[in-house]
Formats: sequence, C-alpha cells, structure tokens
Amino acid sequence: MRGNNVLGMIFSSVHEEKIRKLTENRTMGSVPFGGRYCLIDFPLSNMVNSGISKVGVVTKGNYQSLMDHLGSGKAWNLSRKREGLFLLPPFGVESGVANSRIESLSSARSFLLNSKEEYVLLTDSDTICNIDYSDVLANHLKNSADITIVCRTGKLPDSISNPAVYSVGEDGRIQDMLISPRIDGECTYGIGMMLIRRELLMRLIADCVSRNLYSFKRDFLQRNLSGYRVFAYEFEGFVQTICSEQAYFSASMALLQPEVRLQLFKPSRPIYTKVRDDMPARYGLGASVSNSLVADGCVIEGEVKNSILFRGVHIGEGTVAENCVILQDTEIRRDCRLNYVITDKDVVIQNGRSLLGAESYPVSIAKGSLV
Amino acid sequence: MLPKQEVVAMLLAGGQGSRLGVLTKNLAKPAVPFGGKYRIIDFPLSNCVNSGIECVGVLTQYQPLELNEYIGNGQPWDLDSVNAGVRVLPPYQRSRKSDWYKGTANAIYQNIPYIERYDPEYVIVLSGDHIYKMDYSKMIAFHKEKKADCTIAEIEVPMEDAPRFGILNTNPDGSVYEFDEKPKHPKSNQASMGIYVFTWSKLRKYLEADEANSKSSNDFGKDVLPAMLNAGERMFAYRFEGYWKDVGTIDSLWESNMDLLNPKVPLDLNENSWKIYCRNPVMPPHYISREAKVQNSLVAEGSNVYGTIDFAVLFSGVTIEPGAVVRDSIIMPNTRVEAGAVIQYAIIAEDCVIGKQAVIGARPENTADKSTWGVSVVGNGCTIPPGAKIPPKAMIDADQLKEAGDYARE
Repeated sequence: MRGNNVLGMIFSSVHEEKIRKLTENRTMGSVPFGGRYCLIDFPLSNMVNSGISKVGVVTKGNYQSLMDHLGSGKAWNLSRKREGLFLLPPFGVESGVANSRIESLSSARSFLLNSKEEYVLLTDSDTICNIDYSDVLANHLKNSADITIVCRTGKLPDSISNPAVYSVGEDGRIQDMLISPRIDGECTYGIGMMLIRRELLMRLIADCVSRNLYSFKRDFLQRNLSGYRVFAYEFEGFVQTICSEQAYFSASMALLQPEVRLQLFKPSRPIYTKVRDDMPARYGLGASVSNSLVADGCVIEGEVKNSILFRGVHIGEGTVAENCVILQDTEIRRDCRLNYVITDKDVVIQNGRSLLGAESYPVSIAKGSLV
Repeated sequence: MLPKQEVVAMLLAGGQGSRLGVLTKNLAKPAVPFGGKYRIIDFPLSNCVNSGIECVGVLTQYQPLELNEYIGNGQPWDLDSVNAGVRVLPPYQRSRKSDWYKGTANAIYQNIPYIERYDPEYVIVLSGDHIYKMDYSKMIAFHKEKKADCTIAEIEVPMEDAPRFGILNTNPDGSVYEFDEKPKHPKSNQASMGIYVFTWSKLRKYLEADEANSKSSNDFGKDVLPAMLNAGERMFAYRFEGYWKDVGTIDSLWESNMDLLNPKVPLDLNENSWKIYCRNPVMPPHYISREAKVQNSLVAEGSNVYGTIDFAVLFSGVTIEPGAVVRDSIIMPNTRVEAGAVIQYAIIAEDCVIGKQAVIGARPENTADKSTWGVSVVGNGCTIPPGAKIPPKAMIDADQLKEAGDYARE
C-alpha cells in the first residue's frame, strides 16, 4: 500500500565543488554511478520503496541533465495524477538564485504549503545507501520527536564538507551538535537526511528568513537544538557519501564486493533508474573479464579487471583496462592500457593509448574528450 | 470517432506454439524470452513503432496472462498514445455466434469493429513468432506504388529448405501468380514471411466472404490469399533482405539466440536507429567474478557469473556458481546453475535451479548415436537435483521432476 503521510524533498545540488570534473555539466544528483544509475536514483528509490508518493526535487543550476534523467518520473512510479514528482527549480524573488538551503526551502514554500502530508523527509543526493524511511518515521513517532536526523557512528570520512557531529544521549536525543570539529576517533555524524513535521519546517524556515539567517546547519539546526526534541536515527547498512573524487572511486569499487551489492540492490527494494533499451552486454572471442560490473549495451573484446563499465561501453581488442570506472558510451579502441582511470560519458580513447593513474589519484577524463 | 490512422497493424499472437514444448506450457509463444532480455513479440512491436505505425492490435488466445501483463499499456514501446497505441484483442462473447478464433483470418474478421474505428487505408498482418528487423513503411510504400491489393513479404531461403515454407511464384514484374504452401517440388526459393499488407476495403470484402464459406478453414495462407489470387486481385511479392528467422521450434529458437553471438550474422540489436524495445528488468549491472571465464556470450543485467560460459545467452538475474560450465546454451531469467554443473546445448527456462554437478545436454560430437542428439530443454520452475543427468533432446517439465530424480539414480 502506498502513502505514509511523508513528503520527500531531495536537494540535487549539494557539494558539487567536491567532484568538480564530474559536476562540470551536471548536478550532484545526475552524477552517473554504479554502471547504470545516477546518484539521485538512490534517495528517490528509497523514498518510493518506503511508500512516499510525492517527491520534490530542488535544483539550483545545470539541471538539464537531471531533467533529462527524471523525465516525468515514470521509472520511479512517480508519474501520477495525484502526488508524483515535482521539480523545484530556483524561484528567486528576493535574492536571485537561491544560494543556501534555507533560501531554497523558502522559495519552495508554496509546494510545502500545498502538500497535505504531515511530515517532510529532506535528503541530500550525494549519499549512496538503501534505507527504509518508514523505519525512520516509526522512530520519529515513537520518540515524539520534532526532528529526526539520520546518523552514522564511525570514523568521519576525510573530505566530507562541514560535517555535523552529534552527541547523542542514551534515549537517542541529540544533546549537542558541532560543525566541522576536529575529531580523531569515532563519532556520530549526519548523513544528510532528516525528518521533520511539515508545519514546523515551514515555521522554522520563516523564522530564519525573518532574522536574515541563512546557514541551514548553524541557524536552522544548531540554534533550535535545545528548543525542540531532536533525535538521532542510527543507520547501520552500507553508506558511502560522495564527498571527493577519491570517495567516488572507492564507492564505485565497493560495488565489486558481493555483500555491498546485496545491501544496496535488494530485490525487495530495487533501485530504479531511467531505462535505455540497450541489448545485453556482448563478449567477443578472446574477451577476458574478471571482478567487474558490466551494464547492458557493452561490447567487450579486450581485457577488463576490477572495473565498472556503464551502458554502451566498447572495449576493443588487445586493450587492458584495470581498476577503471568507464562511463556511458565511452569507446576504448584497440591495444590501450588503462589503470585507475575514470572516463566521463562519450569519451573516445584511440588505438594504443596508455593512461595510468593511482589508487589515491585516479585520472579523470572529461565528457566527450578524444584521447 | 477516433482520428484516422492510415495503417493499422494486426499482430497474430494467439498460437500455442506446441512445437516449443514445455517452453509454451503456460506461456503464449510470442512471450517466450529471447536474446538475453527480450521476448519474441518485442521484435514486431518495435518494428511497428520504428516504422511509424501507431496503432497495433495484438490478437491473443492461448495462455494470454503473461503476454497481456507484458504488453500492459504499451509504454515500453511508446505505444501508450492517447488515440491509438497497442490493444490486446482476445476473442469475446457477443449477443449471438460467439467463438474462439478459428483461424488467422477469422481472428481478424472478429475484430473488424476495432479496425474500422480508425478508418485505415491499409492493414498490415504480422506474426508474433519471427525474429527480424524490418521497416514496414518501405513495404507499404511498395504496396502503394504497385497499386496492389495485397503485398506479401518474401525472403530467399536455401532451395533445400523451401519445402518447409509457403513459396511464392512470381512474374517478372513481381506480381504473384501462384501460392504454393509447403511444396514437395518448389519452383522457386522465395518464401513467404507471413507478413501481409492489404488494402483494407479489399481485405474486408474477402474476410466477409471467407466467413460465409462454411468449408473454409479461415486461414490467410490456405484460404484468403488463394481466394484473392483466383479472383485476379493485384498481389505482389515484396523482397526483404536481412536477417529473418521463424523461431517456432526448439532448434530454430536455439539457433536464433546463437546467431546473436555471431558477428557475421546481420542482426545488430545495438543499432541506435532501430532499437528493439522491451520491458527492462530493474536490476543492477551484471557481475563477473575473478574466477569466471566469459567469452562469446551475451549477458544481461542482474546476473552473477562465477563459472565458465562460452557461447551462452544469460538473461537477467541468472547466477552461474563457481566451477559451473555453460556452453552453447540459453539460460532464461532468475535461474541458478549451482557449482560444478555442466550445461551444454540446452535451453533452461525461467526460475530453475540446476543442482550441483548436474549434467544437462551433450555436445553432438560426444554423442554416439547422432539421431538421438538434440537440444535439451528444462521447463519453467524446475529444480534439477544435484548430480542428475539430463540426456540430449530431453524435455523436462516441472511436473515430471520425479523422472529427473530417476535419471539421477541411473
């Protein structure tokens, strides 16, 4: 049964400066990931699988590729008469393009106002996981919380930007919140998802705007921590935040582990994406592939090891690609050597080229390049 | 009144396909999986859309549940348009004289009201059991140019195969003077592909006459086309060049799948300008493990390969465990081949489990008596016990699994 009184809101433009090469022409939400997905497929599918049937996607700039990807929302079952998918592009009245999340939410006021759901789930689009939000909601209700923040306990990922670190009491209530503290050991940090009553969200946003306060973490969360019941929800499954090129690479490589794929691609909670109608991958005579993830439409005549191949990739005869992430429709011709390379879409690598990166610094090739 | 459509396509999808045995036990032939992610019906449906035909009636009769569900509202083929699109047309009860579809011509006859709603100039009749890519708009243009009443698509087949087909004998101008159904001594090797373009006003007249004739078997090839020819209507043969295969038998279904692995066969499903559309499974890309060996194969998304595959077609969600070997075989969706099993020259249908060390099928060169050799088939939902041996040409039905157990004991 659908419908659980929760409205979804996804911020598609977050932390794009962290992976400049991949976000040059697109939002974080439309960064390709995992052979056939875009990052936004994860929060979007998680919402749909949790029974959320109305989702607003907040965009800032460069959202052409995102719109192309989402279309009417059909692939996520969000092309609907009632509810469904709503794109919320910048709606600047006072301040031009919305720069902060507070401004974005403020400009989406009519969307929030006209929704009938009691709760709103806000998420970033740079976190990869398969999470059941109905569990978050159940916790929220059990705690009679005003705000529930999805957290994780562990070592803080190096490059995560302005991390929010929480002190959580035994009852799960958040007692203190620090932004970008110096921490060496383990801590509880947010992974960019929170649940809040819709009416409270609108009230607090209006309050921030009226005081000219525009930092979401500082002014919205930190300032209100003591006045409201803010709880943490610990998510224990696989999570990766794409907060650097290195993190993008290692999150991609993590997919080669069967246990990660089992947690991320549960048949009962599938990750949906736009379909492309490619034929299944074709392996030629002399192809040799090991420990790799291969999408439909690939043609493989060479050697591939420890790599992720997106849809429509061509690996020519005599080519050896190791530890690579090869995005959609890239053509690697004959006798090339590639190691630790990330190629963006539609790259052509001509016969006999060698491209060598390192695990700590994969070589990135921009979209549509000819090497 | 709906907007006029110049062409309406009628797709005959009601046949049982009994020659496919267990594969069509609970499934209409056009819904049989093909080529790693498709079903047979994706080919004519995609051809229609790619040819600009927006109105397709699918005539179903035998085991239609899965086929109906698959076609749905036609969205995967862009056939969910407002005024036309795809409609599933089963036989139905009427105030008097209700009947099943008695033959191909009768199936169209019973749906005259459906066709008339669009007031078409032409009707193209297609079958749901052929694998090919064809631009029907060129054939319709040919039909117009010749001012024909009926145009029949034909393809050249090897002379020795000609007796298996309906053979068209033509005059030098391309007009047909004789229609020879499965002749013992064929005069030509121009085989009918079972694709007909009719001028609707003419076809309607002949369908009504055919229905009135109680001796008729209500079949296009046997009754309607000969009647039109005898009456001197303008009938032309339209030559098709390219890949075309009737996949009505186990052997031809197997061969046609294997043709996809042969780079010399002119059937490229990756061609951007003529895509074959289908309902895509929602699954992650497939995974090839460290110990796996994969060559000359087609692998769909959602599969996990830990064993060896060579000349194999794997559908979505298939698992090949370590040490398992699949050669010259087709493994349909969600089947698991357990460690050490060996599958050769076989078709394994959906949702099967092939137990550890089981041996299915054999290579022809390893079979002493060639006459007993053939492609082995394991039907939907079978669990083959570990160590079982399924001989070549066997056909295993889930209901006969006791027998499989007997093989294991031998």
